[in-house]
Amino acid sequence: MRHLLTIVLCLMCLSAPSLAVQPDEVLDDPALEARARALSQDLRCVVCQNENIDSSNAPLARDLRIVVRERLLAGDSDDEVLDYVVARYGEFVLFRPRFEGRNIVLWLTPLLAVVLGAGLLFAFFRSSSASSKVKPLTAEEQAKLKSIMERDKP
Amino acid sequence: MNRFLFFVPVGLFLGLVAYFMVGLTLEPSRLESVLIDTPFPEFELEPIQGFEQGLTNADFAGEVALVNIWGSWCAACLIEHPKLMEISEVGLVPIYGINWKDKPGDGAAWLKRHGNPYTLIGDDPDSRVVIDLGVTGAPETFVVDQNGRIRYKHLGPISDGDWDQTMWPLIQRLRAE
Repeated sequence: MRHLLTIVLCLMCLSAPSLAVQPDEVLDDPALEARARALSQDLRCVVCQNENIDSSNAPLARDLRIVVRERLLAGDSDDEVLDYVVARYGEFVLFRPRFEGRNIVLWLTPLLAVVLGAGLLFAFFRSSSASSKVKPLTAEEQAKLKSIMERDKP
Repeated sequence: MNRFLFFVPVGLFLGLVAYFMVGLTLEPSRLESVLIDTPFPEFELEPIQGFEQGLTNADFAGEVALVNIWGSWCAACLIEHPKLMEISEVGLVPIYGINWKDKPGDGAAWLKRHGNPYTLIGDDPDSRVVIDLGVTGAPETFVVDQNGRIRYKHLGPISDGDWDQTMWPLIQRLRAE
């Protein structure tokens, strides 16, 4: 019984996860199909917005997958396919925003935050070490210290 | 100086909190259409079962018109339906319907049961035109001007308030253009 369970569990690991892409959607040309899959993973499903159309079971996602495949069959490049969808649904459908227009702010903000943070840390440590810097003793203080040390000697 | 530096991260944090608070009040499902002020996409749709004539973009050329996306499966369309009936019965503006992803016969049966507010209806079972229009759900309604340009898109059912405050004034303004 235990062995059977082990075998079943091992077999379950081997099985592929269930796909939203239906067999009738798949293109005959494996290279084109691979491009279609990659593109679909970059396109947001507009019905269930945190899913891509490759993994979404929404009927509209299916129809969009078919449109993506049709564009590829018509000879579109990857960028042309994405442009086609963006022209209808806007930049929002791209999971990887393009490096242009106001998206540049989006891309550069992390870098800016790191630079700003590093600058602040640098300024903070420099000013705190400057204020706590020890001044050397004056000649008078040196003499006083010496006398104290001498006095305590046995 | 140290004091001041201490308040910089706190200030940044409060700024972020304010930003996200505003973000929480926005509805991400209400996508702005990128097609406003662009020509209505050219299309030609077959009639739905039981109807003689389908729908093409030439059918509403030269007039201000509404193009409404609906389906018999769509609960919100049924909520909107009385408003569309009222608009068509008074004859305020012609409404053209795109029957989205319905099984053959379902759309016609729905109209027979509830009434037909549409001048003409096209059948879009594979979301062809719907995708060209950037539609994300039903119902959606487009306002098209005399030059065949999309001027406004309404998401969800048209309420009395939407109609009186936004859509009807817009239609009158477009007619005066």
